[in-house]
Amino acid sequence: MARRSTTPTPQESDEDLIIRSATLADVAGVIALDEEVTGLLKPQYWRELFEHFGARRRDQRFFLVAGDPGRIDGFIIGEVRAWEFGSPPSGWVFAVQVRPRLRVRGLGSRLFAAVRARFRAAGVERVRTMVARDNAVIHAFFRSQGMMAGPFIELEMRLD
Amino acid sequence: MKLQKATAFALYAVLELAAEPGRQRTAVEIADKYGISAHHLAKVLRDLGRAGLVDAVRGVGGGYRFAGNAKRLTLMDVIRLFEETSAEADEPVPPGEDQDIAAGLRFVLAELDAQIGATLRSISLSTMLKLVARRPWESVAEIKPARRAQAARRAR
Repeated sequence: MARRSTTPTPQESDEDLIIRSATLADVAGVIALDEEVTGLLKPQYWRELFEHFGARRRDQRFFLVAGDPGRIDGFIIGEVRAWEFGSPPSGWVFAVQVRPRLRVRGLGSRLFAAVRARFRAAGVERVRTMVARDNAVIHAFFRSQGMMAGPFIELEMRLD
Repeated sequence: MKLQKATAFALYAVLELAAEPGRQRTAVEIADKYGISAHHLAKVLRDLGRAGLVDAVRGVGGGYRFAGNAKRLTLMDVIRLFEETSAEADEPVPPGEDQDIAAGLRFVLAELDAQIGATLRSISLSTMLKLVARRPWESVAEIKPARRAQAARRAR
């Protein structure tokens, strides 16, 4: 069973927190962690996401968690996508979350390393993500992992 | 984007010092390494000291030591000490700026500014030092000649 850190100190390491594929029993913990971080309760969204990324095509889609089913301390979700706008198969990370009081201690890096290992095993050579321009925390996290601007530019417009 | 000389010097100095936080370095040592004016760098280091990013160590063998948090301080935190990073509201409006075309151009350029700002705010000194250690520009340089050769073959 994954170790649960109930009273962490700044010196304590989270290195023995096991990172594993999510199961249905973890979804409640993911919902609770997301609510703690965003202030929004989105049970339907996370259940559907688990159905899509945690339960099917598990060689291409990865929903990884750190912690016990009753208390998830971090998670990351990604999938291999291919040929969108001519891009060869690559890994896409579109959700990562770490319990705020456990941040800057390496758990996010370990989650990201774990999903990169899954992507490599799936045969892709690059990992991509997209961050909100004003979200300096998540942007700085991915930069600290070595990510740089990629060859695509995101565009959008208002539908009148 | 092109940085002012003082800004570039400040980034050189603060990154050199942050790379070895316990070590003190003189302005002359850093200036010699980069082939820049020690006099100009000394002035920049004084500004960095006033901003609390470096500590001046006085006396024989004195110099400067990094005094910030390399994981928290970003490139933008250093740059904004030396450059105007946002449009000043009290700047006089140049002639023609009230025309639609000028407003449209400002709108497009603001898109670039937003991108530049987000990038500079996302890279901490610690991340920058890791990037320097990886030397990613070398792999880009390796790709370019290969692409040029490929393009030349296609052109033949």
